[in-house]
Amino acid sequence: MKQGTFQILSNEPLTDSVYTMVLAEDTSAITAPGQFVNIQLAGKFLRRPISVCDWDSETLTIIYKVVGKGTAQMSSLVSGKTLDLLTGLGNGYDLSLSGDKPLLLGGGVGVPPLYALAKNLLAQGKTVSVILGFNKEAEVFYEDAFKALGCSVTVTTADGSCGTKGFVTDALPEDYTYFYTCGPEPMLKAVYRATNTSGQMSFEERMGCGFGACMGCSCKTLTGYKRICKDGPVMKKEEILWD
Amino acid sequence: MGLSVNLCGIPLDNPVIPASGTFGYGYEFAELYDINCLGTFSFKGTTKEPRFGNPTPRIAECESGMINAVGLQNPGVEKVISEELPRLKQCFHKPVMANVSGFSVSDYAYTCERLNKEEQVGWLEVNVSCPNVHGGGMSFGTQPEAAAEVTRAVKAVTTKPVIVKLSPNVTDIVSIAKACEDAGADGISLINTLLGMRINLNTRRPVIANKMGGFSGPAIFPVALRMVYQVSQAVKIPVVGMGGVSSAEDVIEMMLAGATAVEVGAANLINPFACRDIVGALPETMKKYRIENLSDIIGGAH
Repeated sequence: MKQGTFQILSNEPLTDSVYTMVLAEDTSAITAPGQFVNIQLAGKFLRRPISVCDWDSETLTIIYKVVGKGTAQMSSLVSGKTLDLLTGLGNGYDLSLSGDKPLLLGGGVGVPPLYALAKNLLAQGKTVSVILGFNKEAEVFYEDAFKALGCSVTVTTADGSCGTKGFVTDALPEDYTYFYTCGPEPMLKAVYRATNTSGQMSFEERMGCGFGACMGCSCKTLTGYKRICKDGPVMKKEEILWD
Repeated sequence: MGLSVNLCGIPLDNPVIPASGTFGYGYEFAELYDINCLGTFSFKGTTKEPRFGNPTPRIAECESGMINAVGLQNPGVEKVISEELPRLKQCFHKPVMANVSGFSVSDYAYTCERLNKEEQVGWLEVNVSCPNVHGGGMSFGTQPEAAAEVTRAVKAVTTKPVIVKLSPNVTDIVSIAKACEDAGADGISLINTLLGMRINLNTRRPVIANKMGGFSGPAIFPVALRMVYQVSQAVKIPVVGMGGVSSAEDVIEMMLAGATAVEVGAANLINPFACRDIVGALPETMKKYRIENLSDIIGGAH
């Protein structure tokens, strides 16, 4: 983990409520896709944990949805402003287990961390399939970005206004070696049941600190109590214990 | 310029102490800075048996603060001794404060007796004020006689200084502090969190699964300061002040109110360097307010 003052390079809407922000500063604490940053906002006591969509040595990209006052405040920030970030939080995805044909399943703002994951898996020569799930066409983002990387992309929408009608689990391919997923908990549960391989799932919880100190985001797993912020947010399918 | 103070017979290089439950067993923070710059720290509240704590969500945000309902998650005293303290010892080389909670008087005595034998434990901070557990914690800290009974039981089986941590969720904190002093307490620490809650307007349900939780952060500083001021004038034993402290100025204000040492809680969670920064800012802040030795200003506002 590192603390840094990042400069906003851009902050643009992707849909009505989803924004992409590019920030510049030392990103060396980020070591794996699926990790997150914790962002301090003026006038807000707790930081906002947001997953990393992509990063290079000097910049990082986050994608966030406006869901409350904090994220609304973020959406109004203009380029040139600075933000205090804690970076390199959480474990991130373990790429070594992917096999040759990993399947990536993202739902809504669970899609962003899969982008850097796909990029890294492709760089290792894997054949990457991606299923992106949204409620409706107006909410779809990053379909083209994943295609541009070289992934095979399927979009699902709950109302059928774009791609396959239904949920990500309605578009599962026949042949995949492993899965990686991030999205709302009902989707994670459905993916857990519908998949026939091992895999990794990224979880979300209200956090206090985001770096393992406060025990605010603990969960029970088959391998003991874990802190979603520090021991997660990524858990292996075999260790998950649903409530 | 002197930053050192003496807490119940044990010298502290400075009065800054990360509060229990906001600093784990120290090693998350030791990855970020050398935590030996601290006076000491109070490690995660320890109980006789392991505890998972409350269901999630456990955290809610407030104006200038937060609510937590963790519920004393900890691996239990045996694992704390066999696994956590050896790791702690590698990154912290000063006497540490052991924070203890329980669900019966004998629980408190058992856990304190076990930790009293640990060489690195300097003080036992007995938490009779956790608002997030039922049938224990705060229920011992809301009646003078119950708090005194815990104090007597712990004192009977320990040799190290016993500091009783009090709840602000009472009508008369002074009478409880005095009862603990009469029962043999070597110090008093206050305040634990204020019982609070938030409701989600969309779901119309409490944000926190346990419905209520402990409110902390800068918003509670004036309440904490007032109680430290009252208690420190009523007892002869040292008082450790806490509640919303987040700057060197807050530390000095707490000491003027009567605190011998000062714990820092919620600030650690939003700025992991908060305690290091406060220690670093103390000399300059002392100079600004013409303070030669911090120990001279304890209770200076009385």
